[in-house]
Amino acid sequence: MSQLTYYFSLSLSAILIENFIFVKFLGCCPFFGVSKNVETATGMGIAVTFVMTVASAVCSIVNDYMLGETYAYMQTVVFILIIASLVQFIEMFLKKSMPALYESLGIYLPLITTNCAVLGVANLNVSSGLDFIGSVIYGFAAGLGFTLAIVLFASIRERLEYADYPKCFTGFPIALVAASLLSIAFMGFQGLSIF
Amino acid sequence: MMQTLVFPVLILGGLGLFFGLLLALGSKIFHVDQDPRLDKIVKALPGANCGGCGFSGCAACANAILKGEAPANACPVGGAKSAVAIAEIMGIEAGNTARMVAHVNCRGGINAVQKFKYDGIEDCFAASKVSGGHMGCPYGCLGLGTCVKACPYDAIHIVNGVAVVDAKKCKACGKCVAACPRQIISIVRETEDVFVSCSSHQRGADLRKVCNIGCIGCMLCQKNCPVGAITVTDNLASIDYDKCIHCGKCVTVCPRKLIVKASDSTVEVQA
Repeated sequence: MSQLTYYFSLSLSAILIENFIFVKFLGCCPFFGVSKNVETATGMGIAVTFVMTVASAVCSIVNDYMLGETYAYMQTVVFILIIASLVQFIEMFLKKSMPALYESLGIYLPLITTNCAVLGVANLNVSSGLDFIGSVIYGFAAGLGFTLAIVLFASIRERLEYADYPKCFTGFPIALVAASLLSIAFMGFQGLSIF
Repeated sequence: MMQTLVFPVLILGGLGLFFGLLLALGSKIFHVDQDPRLDKIVKALPGANCGGCGFSGCAACANAILKGEAPANACPVGGAKSAVAIAEIMGIEAGNTARMVAHVNCRGGINAVQKFKYDGIEDCFAASKVSGGHMGCPYGCLGLGTCVKACPYDAIHIVNGVAVVDAKKCKACGKCVAACPRQIISIVRETEDVFVSCSSHQRGADLRKVCNIGCIGCMLCQKNCPVGAITVTDNLASIDYDKCIHCGKCVTVCPRKLIVKASDSTVEVQA
């Protein structure tokens, strides 16, 4: 398998086959919290993609050149430190340059800090032995998968507002039902598995 | 020794220092100038983030006040104190700052008849779903304390089977108003006015069967009010506060003793 095919299948698996939300069930908090309308969902998706890519890159470098095998037990604490600082930095950046996006993300931007999907992608990079470029591609693709999932879900939820369903399902219950159906649909991509 | 103890500390400490410096640098580069009044307004607000003002928290309320979208007295919890402070910061009038409190428009409780003994979930909303609630009166307080749980200030309690507001502790945030399934709690001015503490629209004869204290629509208050501020509609007295002169005549004349001041919140057994 050539390098290009490898990276392609890597990103395909991160976006569809092993979608972080629908298959791995990581990062469900922002997925439900910020999916009320497509615009903020897209913003959140972009923010998470950005954080995931940068966190993957930095975590990969730190893991390869500072931790290695010897200090593998420090991975989690170091990754958390890196992710928290990055999110803080991005928050300051957004506040300055994109106040509208900053306002609409609200409390969920700091919540990316504790988003398990971001820590998950950093840990998966290490455990599946990806190199620097592989990590960045995997992180970026995982972020795209997150964006795809949250935007899809937000557009469904926007339509749900006008849908006719039993009253007791109003709000969260119907969202959970819709999410589970989407998740089952994504399970179908298992057949695409390349490696 | 070096490998197991010193290096991990150095790695983590070094990374922490690096990111700390990065953030410090970032905060300089991406510094956003804020209106200095914003901080002052946030400080003048109580900081409970209760949402009683209708905004998502004290910071959001401060923002709205700064933009002129909310009045200086937007915070019902801070009351006159914070309104005056904010008005001074903004250089505007403080507006109406009369102290507001929640008031429960029911004095039933132990004076009311129960249809059956309710033994389910300790929650008024749940109880109200069981054949219209366990109280004989379909309008009155269920006394299971959903409002008590909703109150962030410990200002409302179940006394003798009915919710009673402790006017001293109440900050008029409106949490109990939203929590009550019977919608019998309202936010009112504390001292000046008198309130009809009953919500029942039943006919007098029907009401007598289920409650010893509720409004029977006898019209005595309407007849005795010197300024015609009280009208009885649908078997329940209501007071027009634009006309009311706070003479207290209705308080003395009411045979059921249910017209009271909001600060006077005792529920006693009526014969």
